[in-house]
Formats: sequence, structure tokens, C-alpha cells
Amino acid sequence: MPEELHKSNDTFFNKPSFITSLKDRSILFFVDVSNVVAYLNTVLRNLFTKTFEFQEFLKQCYQIGNKSVGLISITGIIVGLVLTIQSRPPLVEFGAVAMLPGMVAISIIREMGPVITALICAGKIGSSMGAELGSMRVTEQIDAMEVSNTNPINFLIIPRVLAATFMIPLLTLYADAIGIFGSWLGINIKDNVSLALFLNQAFSQVEFIDVIPAVIKSFFFGAVIGLVGCYKGFNAGRGTESVGVAANSAVVTASLLLIIVDLIAVQITDLF
Amino acid sequence: MKKNENNIVIEINNLTKSFGSQKVLDGINLQLFDNENLVVLGKSGSGKSVLIKCIVSLLKHDEGSIKVGDYELTDINEDALIEVRKKIGFLFQSAALYDSMTVRENLKFALTRLNETFSETEMNDKIEEALENVGMPNSIDKMPSELSGGMKKRIGLARTLVVNPSIILYDEPTTGLDPITSSEISSLINETQAKFKNSSIIITHDINCVKTVADRIAMIKDGKVYKTGSLEAFMNEDDSYIQSFFK
Repeated sequence: MPEELHKSNDTFFNKPSFITSLKDRSILFFVDVSNVVAYLNTVLRNLFTKTFEFQEFLKQCYQIGNKSVGLISITGIIVGLVLTIQSRPPLVEFGAVAMLPGMVAISIIREMGPVITALICAGKIGSSMGAELGSMRVTEQIDAMEVSNTNPINFLIIPRVLAATFMIPLLTLYADAIGIFGSWLGINIKDNVSLALFLNQAFSQVEFIDVIPAVIKSFFFGAVIGLVGCYKGFNAGRGTESVGVAANSAVVTASLLLIIVDLIAVQITDLF
Repeated sequence: MKKNENNIVIEINNLTKSFGSQKVLDGINLQLFDNENLVVLGKSGSGKSVLIKCIVSLLKHDEGSIKVGDYELTDINEDALIEVRKKIGFLFQSAALYDSMTVRENLKFALTRLNETFSETEMNDKIEEALENVGMPNSIDKMPSELSGGMKKRIGLARTLVVNPSIILYDEPTTGLDPITSSEISSLINETQAKFKNSSIIITHDINCVKTVADRIAMIKDGKVYKTGSLEAFMNEDDSYIQSFFK
């Protein structure tokens, strides 16, 4: 018993401090990011030199859309509802309730739609890519592909990264539409507003400058999700536990990177 | 003797391969003759799998040379590597069937990637014939998840055979299988060689498999070829290290 106590004390005292742990984790994160950037270089080199696997690209587009559309519908409608219900009281207080549809629409189109969609896809698609490719690495399927004269970057990685890059903006636009519909439902809890009037009020406030940067940044979000998921899975270790590690770190790294990309995108948009 | 010692299909000279500071292969010299089954024996971690992965360029060797037919693998260009890989079939330890594809698609993938000139009918005929050869004609539309370990190995072998390779590399073909299935797979290796007249390197720990398939044995120890010889020579060897494998 005293030995056990001694052991647990040892573990306690040897535990790195919060600051040390934070420093180590930050360094690891930036090493990860630099590896992802180096991986992007490999992907781009192969993209422009090898034949394009169009069938695989279509299959991945279908998988990404099909896997995420349900979850994005539910989340989109809830975000629209919650945003409307929470924003209504202060606007009523200032007598500006007519501004509510426009305000919610701008919030959803500019920020909530792209970011929430990207974070959901980082969880759903990023982890699935990490786990699938990690499992292929562990069970030597990637080696088998290479022996069959198939470049795995060309067959597995490029279609996934491109599919994520093209599908996330589409899912974002869909999430925006569903979110705005959710907002209309939210308004109709207390008021009675027709959908046509609601849309008229909402889109009278929205300009192209709200939509275009949001769509552009969602392309980058898609690229980040695809690239990080594929990088983590493709470079998974040889043991079975590596599959879980790859899936988990794909979600964590992609989510953090998405927030950073969003911050940069907001700063750039702010210049115009 | 069925092997043809005048015709060397793979020649390995002074091959070295390290992972970090660990030297796994340290000057391997080995030859594979036409129409022979060469068994590579050695303890776990002795570099047997690394050796055959170097032969198909899945791993790049550090020094030495590997010659497959007329092709030297050191600094080989991409087109020549495609030609080399057309000659070599590889049966992975886990069979490495693509999880997302049916058995038919697994075989079709190998066929189309290595030879794009077949029509759809020719391809289907070849796939059916390959499955017939490994005794699995009814599994054509099954997913790998529906197959047992032994069935996966057979399908893996069918995927290897469908491209008609002249050399087959088997990475522990009987690992994880029960004795009956192991014996069936060992017999299948022999039947394959008798039918297709190919040369094979078989990595295995399974002494029953060695006894069934070996024309010649090469034992690896400390990254070097410790001894080569016939099964009889190994069985009659007094060396305690060699005897420990055959007890």
C-alpha cells in the first residue's frame, strides 16, 4: 500500500505543469501543420502530373454529401431557431424586430453556416478519412495498391481532398438555406410571418459581399478537412491503435486549423 | 529437381537496409532460380518481410543491388518499375483485400491496373478462372468482411494469380490459420507452381508449410544469410540454431 502511494505521488510530481504541457502541445500542433503543408505539396505535385481518378472523385463526393447531409440539416435548423429565439428579445426592446430576419440571415451566411458545417464535417468526414486510410495502412491495402501499379496518392488522396474541397461549399450553402428556414420557424413561434415576407426581409439586407467571401472560405475549409484527414490516415502507424489515433488527431488538428483559417479569412474580408 | 539453376530470376547482392540506427538487412546475397520455391526462414524481426518488400520496391534499399530479370531496381525509373511489378505477384500476410470492394472488384482492380488491354468479357473470364484455381468460384460477389481468414488468403492468391505473374512473393501465407487451412494453403502454393511454372519466395515460420513447399531454404540471422540449402540439408544439420526451427 505505501508503495502504491509512493508511486502515485511520483506520478503526481512528475506530471508536467499546465504551461509546459500547453507549450509541448502547441509545438506538436505547429509541427503537424508544417507536415500537412508539406503533404499539400506532394498532393499538388501528383495532381498535375498523374492521371485523374474521376470515378473515385465522384464516389467520394457522393460519400461526403450523403454522410453529412442529415446531420447538417438537423444542426442547420437548430442553429437558425436558436439564433432567432435568442436575438429576438433585445431587438423587441429596441423596437427593431423587423431587422431580425436580415440579422439572422447575415449571421448564418457570413459565419455560422460555413463554420458549423466545417466543424461538423471535420468530425464526420475528417475522422472517417483518418480511420479508413489508417486501417488501409495497417492492413497493407495501401501497399497492395502500390504493388498493383497504383499510386495511392493519386487514387486515395487526391479524390478525397478534391471531393471535400468541392462538397463543403455545397453543404455550406445547403446549411445556410436550412438555417434561414429554421429562423423563419423561430420567428413564427411568437409572430405570424409568411415565408415570402420573411425571405424578402432577410435578403433585402444580404449583399454579394456577404456571400462570396463565405463561399470562398468554405473551399479552404474543405481543403483543410480533406488534407488533414488524409494526411493523418495515410501516415498512421502500423499497429491497430494507430487507426484510432489517426481518426482522433484528424478531428482535433482539422478543427483547430479551421478556426485559424476562419480568423485569417475574417481579417482579409475586413479589408474590403 | 524441377528448378532451373541456369536461369536466375532474382539476384540480390550485398543488400542492406536500415531503419534509423537499426540495421535490419546487412549484406544479403541471395538468388531465386526459375521454377523454384525458395523458403526464407528466420526469427521474427530478422528482416524477412523487409527483404521481399525491397524486391517490389515498396521499401527502398540502402546499398547493394536487386536484379529482377533484366531490371536493376537501384534507381529504377517509373516505367521500368511498372514492368517489374507486372512480373511479380505479392501475397500479403493479411491478404490485404480492399475492404470497400467485392471479390470481383478486388481482382478486376489488379487486372486493370496492371493490364488495361482486356475487354470486359475477357476480364470476367480471367477473374472466374483465377477464383476457380484457388477453389473459391462462389465467392465472386462477396465482400471481404464476409470471408474467413483462409478464404481471404485464397482470394488474395487469386488476385495475385489473375495477372499471371512469373514470380510470386508470399509473406507468411499460413500465419493465423488453423493447421488444416494452413496445409490447404501450402498445397495450393505447390499446385500454383505446378500449373503456372512460376518462381516463388515464401516467407514463413510454419515448418509444416516449409516441408510441403520448399525446394530450397535460405535462413536469415542478424541481417545476413546464415545458410542456404535443401530441406534435407537443413533437417540433417547439427547447428543448434537451425535445429531450433525444426524441432
